[in-house]
Amino acid sequence: MTLAELRVGQFAVVESVETGLHGQGLKNRLEAMGIFPGKTIRVLRKAAMGGPLGVRVGSTTEIAIRSKEAALVVLKPNHT
Amino acid sequence: MQCHSGATTTLKANAVKRVAVIGMPNTGKSTLFNRITGANAAVANWPGMTVDILRANVKVNNETVEFVDLPGIYDLNGFSDDEKVVQKFLETFPVDLIVVVINASQIDRQILLPLQIKALGLPAVVLLNMADEAKRYGISIDITKLNADLKMPTLLISAKYGQGHTRLMEAISQALRNSTESYQVVDLKNHLAEQRVDHSQLESFLHESVQMPSLIQMTFTNRVDQVLMHPIWGIPLFFLSMLGVFWIIWNIGIPAQKGAGNVTNWLLNNIIQPVISPMPEGVKDFLVNGVWNGVATVASFVPLIIVFFFAMAILEDSGYLSRAAYIMDALMSRVGLDGRAFVMQMMGFGCNVPALMATRVIRSRTMRILSMLVITFSLCSARLAVYVFIIAAIFPKEQGPFILFSLYVLSFAAAFLAAAFFSRLEIFKSTEPFVLELPPYRLPTIRQVFLRGWGELKHFMSRATGFIVLGCVAVWFLTNFPVGAKGLDTLGGQLGVLMQPIMNPIGINPQLTLALIFGFVAKEVVVGSLAVIYAMNADAVAHQMAMTITPIQAYSFCIFCLLYTPCLTTVATFKAESKSWNYTILSLATSLGYAWICSLIFYQGALLLGFK
Repeated sequence: MTLAELRVGQFAVVESVETGLHGQGLKNRLEAMGIFPGKTIRVLRKAAMGGPLGVRVGSTTEIAIRSKEAALVVLKPNHT
Repeated sequence: MQCHSGATTTLKANAVKRVAVIGMPNTGKSTLFNRITGANAAVANWPGMTVDILRANVKVNNETVEFVDLPGIYDLNGFSDDEKVVQKFLETFPVDLIVVVINASQIDRQILLPLQIKALGLPAVVLLNMADEAKRYGISIDITKLNADLKMPTLLISAKYGQGHTRLMEAISQALRNSTESYQVVDLKNHLAEQRVDHSQLESFLHESVQMPSLIQMTFTNRVDQVLMHPIWGIPLFFLSMLGVFWIIWNIGIPAQKGAGNVTNWLLNNIIQPVISPMPEGVKDFLVNGVWNGVATVASFVPLIIVFFFAMAILEDSGYLSRAAYIMDALMSRVGLDGRAFVMQMMGFGCNVPALMATRVIRSRTMRILSMLVITFSLCSARLAVYVFIIAAIFPKEQGPFILFSLYVLSFAAAFLAAAFFSRLEIFKSTEPFVLELPPYRLPTIRQVFLRGWGELKHFMSRATGFIVLGCVAVWFLTNFPVGAKGLDTLGGQLGVLMQPIMNPIGINPQLTLALIFGFVAKEVVVGSLAVIYAMNADAVAHQMAMTITPIQAYSFCIFCLLYTPCLTTVATFKAESKSWNYTILSLATSLGYAWICSLIFYQGALLLGFK
């Protein structure tokens, strides 16, 4: 399961970040924003018309991310 | 003497010691830099560096020390342009000390930078900024323990409120006193690849010194965002708040502009006129109507620009602009842009120049150029001044607000259409990822807003002055030669007549054509130049225009004015920011062609429909 599929309000733990077509650059950026293995992450909201997700990384960092980019964040299974 | 130790070469200490300030975006790094340097920083020329880097000299230990504000970066080992700039800087210019600024409330991820600096073997002072915010979040930091673990002087501060300033200056001066060598990094990437600071280490490193708050904590920001970022209410609320901002800009800025006009008139009548009265008539006329007019035009724009930049600084520092980008992203992504481009389009309503500069945050070059191309269609405050004059002169009073509103709608529609067209072209295809930090809402301090506004204003003035004064001098020459000629008989008038085969089909007469040519320099020149072109005072010009120009001709003129090149300052900024003559020429050509075609469609269409 990826971050793009996580429902609003749910928590999950990051398993890995894929490089995708943006290569190492985007992976680095996501990691610097706190999205690295072991981090707890939560979708706070989704914008209208297929817009970006509002995501909380850890307890104090909040970001907006398009679902296309969110699909690169692989989450650990079986976490409620 | 040189010797290698790990990633760095140590050299004999710099004659003037150099301190580089490094930090992630949104950490208050610039605020801190301003605090340390007292806002005396200036853009310096660093050989080989592609972006502006601020530097300032500060006295520390009775010695002059150079402080350098490096661009905000997420990762010393990163790939973005800003990250490459910092890497190159550290590899090119020896430093004596690094000041690492991190946001204390996000220490769980930002500790990465100090650890990377440490891995490189550079001497550093670590500043945990926004201590007040971290406290509100309920983060507890054992600073003594952290200090010992990092083996670098580490302090909790708040640059915004000046908290801890004395202690941090002491720490810096202490560190500088201890340093006898300068450090230059050798092959940063390779070294950090070997001594990789893994993200999994961050948590264990902070395990004993930092306690982060609960994952489900609801902050004030979260509650506000539930309303402002709501999938349905978010958009109307955004437009309402923008309306509020513009209301403030018009209601403070435009009356203030009149005040500035009174000041320059007073200066003209009481100081300039008496001083130049012994000079010959021709020279006097040139100085007053050529040079001074230019200076006065720039001066009249200062209050509007100040209000605009202050409003923008408040909006930006409050954290709301990044929410606006989130809200509008879905729409903008359909025309090859993203939410940030929309925010910049709005900034362009004040002035296109700072909006063009703001596109620096867009990393993909193609998307950045596309944003810049459409920003020039934003109805800036200078065009507004032209419209207010034309609409008042030609249209019935009760239609005025609607005509003006239609031009704002047109400005948006034109930008959106242009983006939709360009984004279909292969060269403007981009795959820029959209990942944006949403900082908590913050109350900007007056000091912060003032420093920001002042800095931007200085920037604007230095660029605008030359162009507008030159433009007004050119207007004076074109409308005063041959000697004794008036109106259409002058050089400028002849130029307007010469352009008629192109301008007649869009309903623009020779006088207005000439005003448009002058408007190329700056829209501020348009209204003033009409008085010179018609050789009448402003009231008489309005009357004369009402008699000779039809409403649809006037509207066609407004459309042309909206879409063609905003001003020379914009062109110069476009060139400076795009670093490309090709794109600058593309922007010039498309805006002229776009303006002509839209005016043609409107004017000929209106004629066909039987409007006169």
